[in-house]
Amino acid sequence: MGSFEYLKLTGVSYGFTYHDFVVEGVNLSIPRGRFVSIVGPSGSGKTTLLKLMCGIYEPWNGDIEYICNDCDSIFYYPSVGYVPQIETIDWNFPVSVQEVIAMGSWNYKSYLPWIDKKLKNQIKDTLKILGLSGYEKRHIRALSGGEQQRVFLGRALIRNPDVLILDEPTTGLDYVSREKIFDILKTLSNNGMTVILSTHDITHIANRSPWVICFNKYVIAEGHPQDVLKEDNLLKTYGLSDYKIK
Amino acid sequence: MSVLLGGICGLSGVYIILRGLSYVGHGLSHAAFGGAIVGNIVGLNYYVGAIVWSYLASFVIYEISKRNKIKPDAAIGLVTTAIFAFGVLLVSITNRYTRNFESLLFGNILAITEQDLYIIVSVTILSGAFFFFLHKRLVFSFFDNESAKISGIKTSYIELLFSFVLATIIIVSMSSIGVTLLASVIVGPAISARMLSNNFSSVIFLSIIIGSVASFCGMYASFFLDSSSGPTIVMFITLAFGITALYAVFKKIYHSHSHGGVSHSHPHLHTDEHRHEHQHKHP
Repeated sequence: MGSFEYLKLTGVSYGFTYHDFVVEGVNLSIPRGRFVSIVGPSGSGKTTLLKLMCGIYEPWNGDIEYICNDCDSIFYYPSVGYVPQIETIDWNFPVSVQEVIAMGSWNYKSYLPWIDKKLKNQIKDTLKILGLSGYEKRHIRALSGGEQQRVFLGRALIRNPDVLILDEPTTGLDYVSREKIFDILKTLSNNGMTVILSTHDITHIANRSPWVICFNKYVIAEGHPQDVLKEDNLLKTYGLSDYKIK
Repeated sequence: MSVLLGGICGLSGVYIILRGLSYVGHGLSHAAFGGAIVGNIVGLNYYVGAIVWSYLASFVIYEISKRNKIKPDAAIGLVTTAIFAFGVLLVSITNRYTRNFESLLFGNILAITEQDLYIIVSVTILSGAFFFFLHKRLVFSFFDNESAKISGIKTSYIELLFSFVLATIIIVSMSSIGVTLLASVIVGPAISARMLSNNFSSVIFLSIIIGSVASFCGMYASFFLDSSSGPTIVMFITLAFGITALYAVFKKIYHSHSHGGVSHSHPHLHTDEHRHEHQHKHP
């Protein structure tokens, strides 16, 4: 069985209240292995778009397909790793780093309540890659923002996903933490993983990504950062001009 | 018997507080009470009426709170009180309630029958098995529902099943602990345990121990004091909570640790900033 060739969104619309679209008429085609940054202001629908790609929401209109021509089954769906905004996490929840990372593993679905030895070893290896060796038993609240973000990245990575979707992974992080995350993501993308993230950080993240999508309810522009991150596109994306999509 | 009930209430309480449903014990016991009365009036078994009504209440609460506009506590408040009120209304109209009304409200463990006994043991075993085998799915769903969904966990079914299991535990606990007092037996041990540990397994273990021991002590004391079992058990749970709260405060002020091979304790604030600073000074 092969892997998907590209992720295709055709006329995708979605909203939370009737007739009020948060995402409207989105057409996108993202080839496998691409590193994509989605930029847009708060409330522009970036998170909703990512959740549509993950399958958390069903689009009101349009289709989201992972196109795979050499797959055996027409019901092919790739393995998706999702990293939520860490602001949405309940940090008082009594779970350790090891338990959080284990949640992402296929192995975690066993009906026994403990984490088996094989999974513990996998977690150890994942933590090593993320530069968090020896953190297994720590409570998630006892970590810095950058470390917390890497733990959630680890949870998505432990199942070795085809597509990695991250919601603002660098927001609120210092320079070093942001660079660490960016380097890990670049390496994953170079190894063939599709990486799609949303960001506010145009200078340090979007500008250095191979592919950028300017998004505010609609796709305003997409392409290489040097072609897309121009004044007119950014003004349109951040709602600072009289631009209106017909 | 009280040890079993205290234990299973303590166990389910951990999941309840982490799901943010602390009020559910109070609400569902009221719904079950309404159902028990309706069942009794129409000539059904006490358990049948209570199960039908509290499952119905669980389902309605689940459906309302699934739509994000209304939070679960508001849904619990409305639905369960309405069902309780309906039961009380029927009692006042028909005046035909045969089972001891007061024992249901305030609990009387001595009034439970042999049939109740078998039901309590069965429910304890089955719900214990539910929490054992579905522990990982429950934790992931409650911790990060959307990621759990992406990961392939049927979070909706898990949550619905969880609320049915809770309703069942509440029904069997009602006659010995009492409708009005049950919330404390469910939430009390769990929040006490939560103050003592950050580790999920330890919280579960401590909550079961606190629930069982407090229920046993409450039961034993009610025999000597000739008091109702429910309120006496609740007093012991409150005492356990008070002791753990004091312990947590004491632990925060007097923080024992070792560095440089020397173990000692001294008073200071146990804040994150302090901890980081301390680790930095004494690696």
